Order: sequence, then structure tokens, then C-alpha cells
Amino acid sequence: MTPRRYADPYVAGTGLGLVLLASFVLAGRGLGASGAFTTVAAKVIDAPSLHRSEWLLLEIGGVIIGGFVSALLAGRVHWKVERPSRMSLAFAGGGVMGLGAVLARGCTSGLALTGGALLSVGGWVFMIAAFAGAYMLAPVVRRSWQ
Amino acid sequence: MTALLIGIAFGFALERAGLGDSRKLAGQFYFTDLTVFKVMFTAIVTAMLGVFWLARLGVVDLANISVPETYLLPQLLGGLIFGAGFVAAGLCPGTSCVSAATGRADGLAVVLGMFTGVLLCGAADLGGAALYSATPRGSETLPQLLHVPYGVVVFAVVAMALTMFMLAERIRTAS
Repeated sequence: MTPRRYADPYVAGTGLGLVLLASFVLAGRGLGASGAFTTVAAKVIDAPSLHRSEWLLLEIGGVIIGGFVSALLAGRVHWKVERPSRMSLAFAGGGVMGLGAVLARGCTSGLALTGGALLSVGGWVFMIAAFAGAYMLAPVVRRSWQ
Repeated sequence: MTALLIGIAFGFALERAGLGDSRKLAGQFYFTDLTVFKVMFTAIVTAMLGVFWLARLGVVDLANISVPETYLLPQLLGGLIFGAGFVAAGLCPGTSCVSAATGRADGLAVVLGMFTGVLLCGAADLGGAALYSATPRGSETLPQLLHVPYGVVVFAVVAMALTMFMLAERIRTAS
């Protein structure tokens, strides 16, 4: 099966916004992702400062299911390995993001999307800083993307 | 149960947008693919307008929706660090889960790296550091900070997003 094309970004973005809105109305809170990682980490080691949220753990379980089902329906589930340099940077970048997310108390989902829509000061500070940090390092890792 | 269903819809929307593909996300930072910006800001504007109007019509009470806590310095520094990791990884925490779920090994590497980073922060007790709790502002919002009515900030964000969407479309036609 030939993979179907991705949805229009404005259509997908509206869908994502309605999911976020549903979360505000039904759960009284926004979306999240890094909080699920800290919750699992807190189960592995005794770290009192790591944020714990069973709600986020369940939500991320849903993200994995939803992402898989969407890709399956569109013929986009394939095992794909990148070259070693890209895989190493993926792992290292993930580690650096872990540090940033713990320090900031959230990530693109919990701070930028959720805080952005609720006009949270910290959400907007984080979002602008994250874009700035990414644009600053982008030239350094450019070759890894070619 | 709500958490699981909302998560499924969240993951579905991210995958539909193509945000399980690290090259697509990285393109944002080389101006070759602005999907990240377009999806993110369309979502923010949609949810922001939804909350604003539902509250104004009395359907929802803003007091029942928790606003993320602000800690200025940790979020400024954390954001810069996070962004650097983001462009190296090509995925953020949520999209790395989607990427891994669709069979992409680099997505799985980001998930494992992220988990390792979080574990190390926990082991090093980053949460106990003075920096972590510096400059707390509670659940402060932009209207409160700027002493401007809620609706005015909402209008300004919509105007800014629409302007940037127009610029984004011009960049696409230029390349």
C-alpha cells in the first residue's frame, strides 16, 4: 500500500486544537508528554522531585495507540532505521530535551501548546526560548539532516 | 478513561499532520518545511478561542482549568536547552512517542534518550537546586502580567498568528 499524504497542516492543527479544547473542558487540564517520562522515571528510581502524574501516563499510552492506528490506516507503519550519526544525535538530543523539560516543568505539549492556549506567561516564555534554542543550534547539526 | 481517549485523539492528530517524521519537524529550523509552526499555532489559536468563548458564554468556568505554573528563569533556560535538544533529535517528547509507534527507530532513540535524561535529572536531584525554584510567578497569565483585558490578548495572538501564517505561505512559494 502506498503511504497516503499527510493532512493539511491547518486542518490537522484545528483537529489538534479541538483535542486540546476537549481536554480543558472534560479534564480541566491540557495535554502533556514529558510528565509521562518523569512519572515512569520516578517509579524506577527514588527521586522525590520528579513530577508524577498517572493521568499523563495514561494519556501517553493513548498517544502511542492513536499514532499507531493513524499511521496503520494511512499505510505509514514501517520499521525504518536511520544512519548511525542520526541515531546518536536522536538519542543525545532526547537526553538534552529531558534536562530542559525537567528544568522547565514541561515540554512542547504541556507548556507550549497548553500554556500557549491558556496564555500562561511561563508557557510563552518556554515556547519562545525553545524556538530560539533550536534556531541557534540548527546550523551546527545541519549536516546530520542531509 | 478520559485521559486514554484524549491521548488517542492527540496521537492521531500528530500522526495525521506528519509530526511522527523527524525530518519534517527539523525542516522547521531550516525553513524548508513549516508544518511544526502551522500545526502548533493553528492548535493554539483554536483552543485559545474555544476556551475564551466557552467561558464568555458561561459554558465553562475558567477556575476549573489549571494553568501551567510559571517559573521565569527555569523556563527560559529550560526552553533554550530543550530547543537545542529538539533540533538535534528532530522530535519532541510527544512526537517521539508517535514516531516510535509507527516503527521509526530514531523515534525510539529519542524516547530512550529522553528517558535517560530525565532519570539523570532525578538522580542528580535537579528539583532540589535553587535554580529550579527561582522566580516563581504562580499561574500568572499574559493578561494579568500586561494588565490588559483577556479578549485583547486573545485578539493580538490571533492577529500575530494570521500574520505569521501569511509570511509562512510566502516562504513556501519562494522556495
